[in-house]
Amino acid sequence: MIHRYFPHTKQEIDTMLKRCGVTSLDDLYADVPQELRLEKAYDLPAEMSEKEVRDYFDRLGSRNRRLTCFAGAGFYDHYTPSVIPALISRSEFLTAYTPYQPEISQGTLQYIFEYQSMMATLTGMEVSNASMYDGTTATAEAMMMAVAHARRRNRVLVSATLNPATRRVVETYARYHGVTVDIIAEDPQLGVTSRADLEAKLAEGNVAGVILPTPNFYGILEDLTGIADLCHANKALLILNTIPSALGVIRTPGSWGADIAVGDGQSLGMPLSYGGPYLGFICCSKALIRKMPGRIVGATKDADGQRVFVLTLQAREQHIRRDKATSNICSNQGLMALYATIYLAVMGADGLRRINEESYAGAHWLMEQLTATGKLTPAYPDSPVLNEFVMTSRVDIDELIARCIAEGILPGVKIAPDRILIAVTEMQSRADMERLVKIVDAL
Amino acid sequence: MNRDFYHSLIFDLSRPGRRAYAIPTNGCTPSIAELPPQLMRESAPQLPEVDEPTIVRHYTNLSTNNFGVDSGFYPLGSCTMKYNPKINEEIASLPSMASLHPYQPDSTVQGALEAYWNLNRALSEIGGMSEFTLNPFAGAHGELTGLMVIRAYHDSRGDAKRTKVIVPDSAHGTNPASAAVAGLKVVEVKSLPDGTVDVEALRGLLDDSVAAVMMTNPNTAGIFEHNIPEIARMAHEAGALMYYDGANLNPMLGISRPGDMGFDVMHINLHKTFSTPHGGGGPGSGPVGVRAGLEQFLPNPRVVRNDDGTFSLTRSDDSLGSVSATLGNFAVQLRALSYILSLGNDGLMMAGPLATLNANYIKESLRDLYCLPIDRVCKHEFVFDGLADKSTGVTTLNVAKRLLDHGFHAPTIYFPLLFHESLMIEPTETESIDTLDRFIDVMRSIAEEAKSNPDMVKEAPHRTPVRHPDDTAAALNPVVTYFELTND
Repeated sequence: MIHRYFPHTKQEIDTMLKRCGVTSLDDLYADVPQELRLEKAYDLPAEMSEKEVRDYFDRLGSRNRRLTCFAGAGFYDHYTPSVIPALISRSEFLTAYTPYQPEISQGTLQYIFEYQSMMATLTGMEVSNASMYDGTTATAEAMMMAVAHARRRNRVLVSATLNPATRRVVETYARYHGVTVDIIAEDPQLGVTSRADLEAKLAEGNVAGVILPTPNFYGILEDLTGIADLCHANKALLILNTIPSALGVIRTPGSWGADIAVGDGQSLGMPLSYGGPYLGFICCSKALIRKMPGRIVGATKDADGQRVFVLTLQAREQHIRRDKATSNICSNQGLMALYATIYLAVMGADGLRRINEESYAGAHWLMEQLTATGKLTPAYPDSPVLNEFVMTSRVDIDELIARCIAEGILPGVKIAPDRILIAVTEMQSRADMERLVKIVDAL
Repeated sequence: MNRDFYHSLIFDLSRPGRRAYAIPTNGCTPSIAELPPQLMRESAPQLPEVDEPTIVRHYTNLSTNNFGVDSGFYPLGSCTMKYNPKINEEIASLPSMASLHPYQPDSTVQGALEAYWNLNRALSEIGGMSEFTLNPFAGAHGELTGLMVIRAYHDSRGDAKRTKVIVPDSAHGTNPASAAVAGLKVVEVKSLPDGTVDVEALRGLLDDSVAAVMMTNPNTAGIFEHNIPEIARMAHEAGALMYYDGANLNPMLGISRPGDMGFDVMHINLHKTFSTPHGGGGPGSGPVGVRAGLEQFLPNPRVVRNDDGTFSLTRSDDSLGSVSATLGNFAVQLRALSYILSLGNDGLMMAGPLATLNANYIKESLRDLYCLPIDRVCKHEFVFDGLADKSTGVTTLNVAKRLLDHGFHAPTIYFPLLFHESLMIEPTETESIDTLDRFIDVMRSIAEEAKSNPDMVKEAPHRTPVRHPDDTAAALNPVVTYFELTND
């Protein structure tokens, strides 16, 4: 019997082979040299029923621990409203390809247009593309955008306060793309980018772009007053890496004068899912739109005068420009853009503000309580944070983490031998926080 | 397809005072107003204000203006639009997987790491490779990662002069683009009239400045590159590595492995060969495999199996670096593993031959009416160079649009660049003979119509909710957000 995913009966296969003028399926591969042919079947398991597949993954799942999550470091445990999985699993969205045929792809094209609009207003930038893979690669693409824009200058400055995962990817792309990355030192007391070092490195010249984060890796909101002017005076583009959920309340990249805003869209209610899929975003000024990587959807009219949407400015892309394209990106994270769009529609400006208020309140309450245990102290007490903060520990952090995990809590991410990064969202209740404080207190 | 085109944008439905959110409260008192005002937003983002029922109806209506594999036949060449099994979606959203934070300690994610490991092993078996990284997010990202592996390999040998990649003129656009991003120069090698790489031309291009030869096999014309053992031998003799673009791997399932063909590095598009949904343009997944001796160059982090059977994440200094924060699109990887287990060995062995059978069946059924520039047994896909009768003035674009009227997605058009009127058809193994026969009938009727009523074809589509969108106006004056629309 043929597999349940294949419609072919034996009789039909024979009919089709006849039409093709051959007698066996093997004849269709007569041009594959015998020495290249598989000598035997793959060494893989036999077909499983759905029940067996389910049992298999349940068994794997039982070897994972679901924990109350105070870990952040770029990826946050926010609530996913039920309407999102219900709507994105509509198979007309789920099983479509890139919308090359606009006549039968208005669903995809229209939600990308909505997504671009929402990301633009959220970041305070003029335009957005249709999505990138994740926040790390979006930042690396922004770096390449800056270098392409600058033409001959190929040096990019990156703040030491940028998430190290992002920095690693930027450095990898830079190494192979022929870009020099210089790290801007951080102010060790405040945990923010050193302005003096930024000025000194800009003065050395040859800078195409400057990449700064806010909120930064330590959860700190960096004061970027005057930074854009400083960059522009040195003909460098300002690239701000940010967290979209936080943009519900914090000052936008556009307002800071950034040329490009990038980051990871995971904070818009996407499941943590052990690292993905998430969503990279890249927004910029309209002047830079033709340098932007990836798909862009534009509005136009059809023959009947209706407002419709199409993929536009495709002359930038790999399928047209090949090795002269602005990027090699083809597939992006389309369905996750729909995810973000529905999330932002559900939340609206007011809901995003409420989430940030709860997260701020919880984070600051927890910081005070943990400090009161005498085991942990804030690492950067004079710097403003939104919902994530670094604590310096007087106790062994590995033991702290192990004790918490034994109680079903992931207390944060260890970022130095004596430092832990802790995040609070609307997902952790007062009782959850009290349990964490109690464990730390007992250490 | 919704014949009554649904126009609204979510912004059009916004009314002040509506909301769809409800947020729990933690009762903590610190107030966000304590933050310095110069660090805060001056005005709220202009997001829509809508209620939950309005959201659900809006996106449901939008979805009906879309066409997916579940809607109908999607013969888009080189995209492998096969059926996406439903159970994979449930596996991907199991709370025991979906709730894991990427920085949880290894001891708390052993099941997730085992899934990653098992998929790596299955892909290595299918690809004939030693090890796969699953970290790359998509096919083009896999190409870039693979080329970085190749550069890291040459660098490790102090071989710094290798700055070129040889790419056939029939290659996917991402190949040259990925080479450029990886800092390599692209040298194009011509194809012969039969669609295969000109081996003699390639010989002339190979020297000690070549880092890699990048090929798709079968190529984009659907033709198996039968000279591949000779090509690999020549490339290796010149010190270059062979890169396999796995976009066209599907027909080779059960037949031949890229590793056995002489390839050193390859990527696989899980969203093509391994049935994960394309999602309107992603998320995909582009695992990269390498032959023995190249494993140390794979990106960080890597998943390793310890002697005691447990799994760990590792980082190494020999690695090319990192191309992702953690382990890539994990939930997509789960879907692919679910697919491999569901198909099983026998199913996988049949997938390639049935995909090839379906493609040849269409080709043989239409070759009298469409121009077949390469008359050979094809693999998963083939290319027509437009209609056989060119006198009607009906183009490939017209044929593609007329197909939409008949409820089919169009094939890939004007690619590969080998022919002026390329019409590239890939049916995949999950289509029945009934569907193929319907498609063949429609393609034949369009060819007849091109003679009897050419304007009918040239002015197509007629029945879609949207007709002839003005692409030129869109590009000339790009309107890419709602806020620009309202300023119009």
